[in-house]
Amino acid sequence: MSTTDPLSAFPLAMEGREAVEGATREGRPLTPTERAIAAVEAYTPAEAAERTLRNEMLADSRPGSRQPLIINMGPNHPSTHGVLRVIVELDGEVVREVVPVVGYLHTGIEKQCENKTWWQAITCVTRMDYLAPFANIHSYVLAVEKLLDMQIPARAEWIRVLLSELNRLASHLVFLGTSGLEMGAMSIFFYCYRERDEVLDMFEMVSGERMNHRYFQVGGCAQDIPEGFLERLTKFLKEMPGRIDEYEALLTNNPIWIDRMKGIGIIPAEQLLGLGVTGPTLRAAGIGLDLRKSEPYSGYEHFQFDVPTEIAGDCYARYLVRVREMRESVKIMQQAIDGLPEGPFISDDRKVVLPPREELAYSMEALIHHFKLVTEGFKVPAGEAYATIESPRGEMGCYVVSDGGPKPYRVHMRDPSFVNLQALRPLAKGGYLADLIAVIASLDPVMGGVDR
Amino acid sequence: MVQEFEDHGELTVEVRADRILEAARALKNGPSQFTLLSGVTCADFPDEPGRFRLAYHLRSVQTGGRVRLRAWAGGLDPQIDSVTSVWPGADWQEREVFDQFGVRFHGHPDLCRILNPLDWDGHPLRRDYPIGGEEVQFTDAV
Repeated sequence: MSTTDPLSAFPLAMEGREAVEGATREGRPLTPTERAIAAVEAYTPAEAAERTLRNEMLADSRPGSRQPLIINMGPNHPSTHGVLRVIVELDGEVVREVVPVVGYLHTGIEKQCENKTWWQAITCVTRMDYLAPFANIHSYVLAVEKLLDMQIPARAEWIRVLLSELNRLASHLVFLGTSGLEMGAMSIFFYCYRERDEVLDMFEMVSGERMNHRYFQVGGCAQDIPEGFLERLTKFLKEMPGRIDEYEALLTNNPIWIDRMKGIGIIPAEQLLGLGVTGPTLRAAGIGLDLRKSEPYSGYEHFQFDVPTEIAGDCYARYLVRVREMRESVKIMQQAIDGLPEGPFISDDRKVVLPPREELAYSMEALIHHFKLVTEGFKVPAGEAYATIESPRGEMGCYVVSDGGPKPYRVHMRDPSFVNLQALRPLAKGGYLADLIAVIASLDPVMGGVDR
Repeated sequence: MVQEFEDHGELTVEVRADRILEAARALKNGPSQFTLLSGVTCADFPDEPGRFRLAYHLRSVQTGGRVRLRAWAGGLDPQIDSVTSVWPGADWQEREVFDQFGVRFHGHPDLCRILNPLDWDGHPLRRDYPIGGEEVQFTDAV
């Protein structure tokens, strides 16, 4: 190994090498994250083991006297919810430093949106946070509708609420199932996925797809809810509270679950707020911030529901908040079914919304509108808008800029997973390595949303 | 402050790039207490003299109000002060803007790429960065 070439310390195609190359090109020193990546990759596993062994023999047994052990978790690690990479500095079993590394799922969706028409971009944004596709589209269509100054029919808004809440339920079910799996509680996973599968079936009934739906449109929804859907949903909602009781019976008083979750991963609520954390994680720390209440959109002001909060701010409180949110979602959906207004499911603004299919057979004008909308897309007045909704993970924001053309000039999605994941470092520092897994699970990040 | 206007029910405050930190502190500690930084983002306007228009979306937990803080970072050597000292949550979001647009943030503790590979060349979300410039893997295998 030559001492003059810093790159020779790294095997080819490792990120440490990329970091050194990138920093050299820009003529700057390595940043803390890049240093951590370079440090963890500078040795082969065999070399690292040998160094650790040597350090262990040199050190005495007092805590803090050892050389830190740096280990790399991920990007492919079952407990990291996808492709999250975490570089951990350990003193014995205590986590001294955590460096999350993200970007492995980056697919340039925001760039893609700029090259699609406004209505085509919906297909892109739905693929970001793949556990809450309806939340992604919802914030996007709200932002575009804001720029267009559109009025949405009441029925469309209620259908949106209905599906958003169903989506929240499905997303929390995945949280519950996978965190159970990570904490060693196997059965909860099967129970949760059983119900989630039913929800996905209902999504398929409405939109034709189990995931990545393209159902919300600018102006309303793609079509009316199909026959038999409300009956099926009503039956499901009748069963759901009992099912949630089942989950709680498995976990809430389970001593192992409590040992793993209670008192783990706490930082003050003010610090969470400073980090931009929103959603259940913030509400579990005592700040009852919920956009459905504070800035109602899509007619949420018509629904009666509570915003569950806890004050402990630990992993267990986040679990409790999510479970109670599932119950609230059931309540909202029941109200939405009972009060679902009649009327059109999409606006009749022909400059934006496709004409009904049957009109194409006899109306020349409808045919022209259809042709123009599909080939050219609709134009959105120049300006910018930021629309936010409460996704299962927190504030999902969409910032769109238009230059007056048929394509978005800029689409930025403020994904709650991305911002919330910044809290991982302060939350996990000082805890045990096993607690890191609990903290990641309780933050519930979706890497598709983080990396976009 | 350069200008202040309301559009689609959203309040926008535009400031000069060198006053961004001052404006951020004033908004956070002022009477409306914008304690939550929703997001930092950027849009590229190659024909404008300022070119990179940064947008900071702020939210007040106390009053529920929102405001958008805007500043132009400059075309030739885009740079601006980091607001991580005011809102620590700006950390990753400013890294994202640096990564995608090449805007440098002064005083940022860890300014390196976050979404793209660390040795990536260029800044993909700039308007002059071509789409499809990257060769698709395995295209010759078919």
